[in-house]
Amino acid sequence: MVIKTENISKTYNPDSIPVHALRGVNIEIEKGEFTAIVGPSGSGKTTLLNIIGGLDRPTDGYIEVGGSDISKLSDNELIDFRRNNIGFVFQAYNLIPVLTARENVEFVMLLQNQSEEVRNERTEELLKAVGLEKEIDRRPSKLSGGQQQRVAVARALASKPTFVLADEPTANLDSKSTTNLLDIMAELNRKEEITFVFSTHDQRVIDRARRVITLEDGVIASDIRR
Amino acid sequence: MITLFKLARRNIWRNKRRTYITAASIFFAVLLASFMQSIQRGAWDKMVDGIVTSFAGYAQVHQVGYNEEETIEKAFPFNANLQNLPQEIDGLEGFVPRLTSFALASYELQTKGVLVVGTDPESEHGMTRLRNNLVEGAYFEEGENSVLIVEGVAKTLKVNIGDTLVLISSGYHGVNAAGKYNVKGILKFASPLLNRRMVFLPLSVAQNFYGAEGLITRLSIDIKEKDKLPQVVQAVQKNLGDEFEVLEWEKLMPELSEAREVDTAGNFLVLIILYVIIGFGIFGTILMMAKEREYEFGVLLAIGMKRWKLGMVIWMEVVMLGLFGAFLGILGSVPLVGYFKRHPLDFSEMEGMADAYEKFGFEPVFPASFEFQIFFTHAVIVFILTSILAIYPLLKIRKMQPVQAMRG
Repeated sequence: MVIKTENISKTYNPDSIPVHALRGVNIEIEKGEFTAIVGPSGSGKTTLLNIIGGLDRPTDGYIEVGGSDISKLSDNELIDFRRNNIGFVFQAYNLIPVLTARENVEFVMLLQNQSEEVRNERTEELLKAVGLEKEIDRRPSKLSGGQQQRVAVARALASKPTFVLADEPTANLDSKSTTNLLDIMAELNRKEEITFVFSTHDQRVIDRARRVITLEDGVIASDIRR
Repeated sequence: MITLFKLARRNIWRNKRRTYITAASIFFAVLLASFMQSIQRGAWDKMVDGIVTSFAGYAQVHQVGYNEEETIEKAFPFNANLQNLPQEIDGLEGFVPRLTSFALASYELQTKGVLVVGTDPESEHGMTRLRNNLVEGAYFEEGENSVLIVEGVAKTLKVNIGDTLVLISSGYHGVNAAGKYNVKGILKFASPLLNRRMVFLPLSVAQNFYGAEGLITRLSIDIKEKDKLPQVVQAVQKNLGDEFEVLEWEKLMPELSEAREVDTAGNFLVLIILYVIIGFGIFGTILMMAKEREYEFGVLLAIGMKRWKLGMVIWMEVVMLGLFGAFLGILGSVPLVGYFKRHPLDFSEMEGMADAYEKFGFEPVFPASFEFQIFFTHAVIVFILTSILAIYPLLKIRKMQPVQAMRG
């Protein structure tokens, strides 16, 4: 089991006008799954992703990632946890603008104190896997949106994470880039058994997912495996 | 650490215009501060050096208590022990024995209170180059019954070369002192303070005038290296014992030393105001930078960058920006200060201003002092200032939650 949540609740503004983003969510995600979390805006997708990723804390409930209860970790322990266990792909790519594609991918490994040899080997391997071996020394501003998101995927995988969380990864991409990105992620999922969890509105992503969890008003409305 | 440095260095150039504006503000602050301080220090050094080397000497030997109460009753014999000091003390270049006291100078119907300086003409010229101050007449010789007077005395008494000046005073142990002396030369000193009321007699003539044969009231000391003054003073004091006081120029002329301190404090206050203004400018840049990049900071924390590492990048950015501006400021200051060292600001032609300065005892010429310590100090100030200002984003990062930061 990679991720397990028990009765996860999240309430914003508990002291004034409470907003219940999640109400008792129970999920179990196995290693190697390719899961999409879908639902209308405000249904709690991003909140759930943030809590699973250790970026936010639940108001109530239990969350276990890779066998450890992350709800008890301090802020600094959570930073270490995220660095070593989770890869993030954001809607707006969020690459470091002053670093090249190579340096962006390498950066997470530097934070992990990996040796130069390991860093170089993995960076080249990942950028080749996402089809950017020719753009390796370009800064994000010199790359298209699709290329930037592929660098972001490479960066997310650089730390050899337990799983990758992708928040609306195709929202800013055109059709061709979306298909290309999904092919890459599906391939990495198949070959390296990397667990992917997406939050998305994009039907193209939903169609490729092998499991679709639908959230409505902070509760799981359906959980379909294909 | 190299990666963090590289990241910080590149971040500085993300917003080139802002970097240039901030660096320019620091550049002008450092330029102005260095220039102000160099001119202030240079002007004071010139004045102190002028007064010290043209009359007082860097240190003086008196009988104990003379500095508190300058009376001829505290005159002491100029004996062999004193005369042998240059041979015994390392770093002591020479000395001038003087017998000084006050007298009333008179010519025809005019009178004026003057400071009579009985001195050995040769050693006086050796140390203070007194002969070079002559603007009229000739230099005096030991034993001759003649007097050199400063311009201020000559003007007040309307005395010319060859006239006879009458001096009246109370001498050693209260004897009546009176004498007539031929005006042999008129002197002009750079310092207006010295130019007002001094008259010089040959030492033996002054001793005779005051009834103080073989006695002097002070021994002005010349040294080889200014930096070694405290050591020389200590050695002379040790050699002469408790009967004598050996005082550095700051103690001999506390009003000069205090005036310098007050002026330096005023200058310091202006520098503080300048740096406060610049500090707010830099802080504005930091605020904008922190606000603009809040989202990015959130992302970096999200992907696992430790807070202290992120803080270190921001700290390096701010400090590098500050030092970049300071470096440019120093680069600009060096030729500017160098130029004004060679070509001092000279207000002597500007009548009103020249008079005002002279009234307060200043020569209206301001050379810059070229000292690397001044430039270095301002680089250190900018470093400290930026290091302090960089605490703000560090505090923000310390409390930052990635989700909130990424929400904006």
